Amino acid sequence: MQLTLEFGGGLELLCDSIKIHNVNVEPQGEEKKITVRHLLSWVRTNLIKERPEMFMKGDTVRPGVLVLINDCDWELSGQLETVLEEKDVVVFISTLHGG
Amino acid sequence: MNSNGVDQTAEDIRREIAALQEAKADIDDRISALQAQLSTCVSKDGTNGTNCCASLEPPPGGQLSADMIYRYSRQLILPSFGVEAQANLLKSSVLVIGAGGLGSPALLYLAACGVGLCRLGIVDHDVVELNNLHRQIIHTEAFIGRSKVESAAASCRAINSTVQIVEHKEAFRTSNALEIMRGYDIVIDATDNVPSRYMINDCCVVLGKPLISGAALGLEGQLTVYNYNGGPCYRCLFPTPPPSTSCQRCSDSGVLGVVPGVIGCLQALEAIKVAGVVGEPLSGRMLLFDALSARLRVVRLSLVKIRGRSPKCEACGENSTLTEEQFCNFDYENFTQSPLSTCPLKLHLLPEEARITSNEYNERNLKGEPHILVDVRPAHHYKITSLPKSLNIPLASMEGRLSEIATAFAREESNTTATGEASRVPSLFVICRRGNDSQRAVELLHNKGFPFAKDIIGGLESWSHEVDPKFPIY
Repeated sequence: MQLTLEFGGGLELLCDSIKIHNVNVEPQGEEKKITVRHLLSWVRTNLIKERPEMFMKGDTVRPGVLVLINDCDWELSGQLETVLEEKDVVVFISTLHGG
Repeated sequence: MNSNGVDQTAEDIRREIAALQEAKADIDDRISALQAQLSTCVSKDGTNGTNCCASLEPPPGGQLSADMIYRYSRQLILPSFGVEAQANLLKSSVLVIGAGGLGSPALLYLAACGVGLCRLGIVDHDVVELNNLHRQIIHTEAFIGRSKVESAAASCRAINSTVQIVEHKEAFRTSNALEIMRGYDIVIDATDNVPSRYMINDCCVVLGKPLISGAALGLEGQLTVYNYNGGPCYRCLFPTPPPSTSCQRCSDSGVLGVVPGVIGCLQALEAIKVAGVVGEPLSGRMLLFDALSARLRVVRLSLVKIRGRSPKCEACGENSTLTEEQFCNFDYENFTQSPLSTCPLKLHLLPEEARITSNEYNERNLKGEPHILVDVRPAHHYKITSLPKSLNIPLASMEGRLSEIATAFAREESNTTATGEASRVPSLFVICRRGNDSQRAVELLHNKGFPFAKDIIGGLESWSHEVDPKFPIY
């Protein structure tokens, strides 16, 4: 499944400072669907190069990271259980505090 | 030679400039205060004192005075803004917390548009520094070393002497927050740290004030409106604070001046929309700005009509009981595990014997003691300035580059042997910007075969303070 993943607010530093990744993610084992839960573990294994604790805590993103699926907060689509579709754009963004 | 025929040294000239600038700033302050006073007198006795701020009293039946109509004419003739929105603006009061990179443009535009005819409040405890001026555009060189609130107030009064500027020269804390915020209709969060953001949010929830929240770092910015018209608050979205290690500061990570400028302008805009009762304020949505790719997008945070605030939210949810008293007793620094003030972190990881002062390093270097000096700052910092003969191996990549240190060490050792000083084993010193990363690097080196590595206490900053005042600080 073709997905566009974007990292911002400093999270791009964890994946070689590249903000936009066009990736191909396949369903795991018997599963036919790809959920955000599966995507997170895929990202952790394949894209995150350093300090994974800055990206995830347990099986979800760490506090202070917003997950946006096609420009909507993942709370609106079911968080970890959101089922992804071909060409979805998933954005991971760390909230900023500077001023 | 000056006109008196006496030789003036550079120091004399600098002193005279400083004295004159101080006098000028005092005069500017006095002028702004008098202008504000004049506008009040004029509106009371009805005489036409000056062109800019005369007859503020609206004529009978009308909403705005002749001078207001002239000053704000370009926004009055906007069909979607008009006299009603302007009258709403003039009646509103706004509190801006933080007179830095975000607060600077926000304050300038709010003062200019007349939003604070009732009250425009500024909270900050800091003083103006030279390295603020690239982004904190409300301040000028003449105010370096003086209060940011005084400086910002003087700039606002210079633009619009009819606005009532209220100066709060103090840090915003739970002890004074309620008292300060109570007097305003709208709050702008222009601070730079996590505990302040939670504290300001909670105070806004307790007092029922809409909160215009902006943030900027590096080349990115974010903006949203909290606690507005049934929309979510900061805690609805972020019930758990981020780990303190993920919270970068402008002084550590850098910030391009115009980036907080863009976000601060947008904060002014959202405040104007809320105060003027026009348009759709950015509630339940967040604006994300990426300066390098010139992208600005708005994302949906909640379906406001279906689910505004989070029912589980500890601040504004259905079962929440956040009271003024609970707010005052809440420990925000403990909750977020980060300090309210933004003074740089000072780590103490190493025992005394694994550290030397910059003065001691200087003495050893001058005596020609064999050593290598490893600078562990990122490469783009090293390019700004560095000590001679230092070897740049950034901390992030140090583990994979230990062989370079071993090679440099072996070379120094053979140089020493060649000059007949066989008894002297070279030392290994580690330096960074402020003396935190150098300690982390020494810890790593101690575990990787360099047990004699030492860190230079306080880094290049202390080198500049203690040894070489001409060495640049950044």
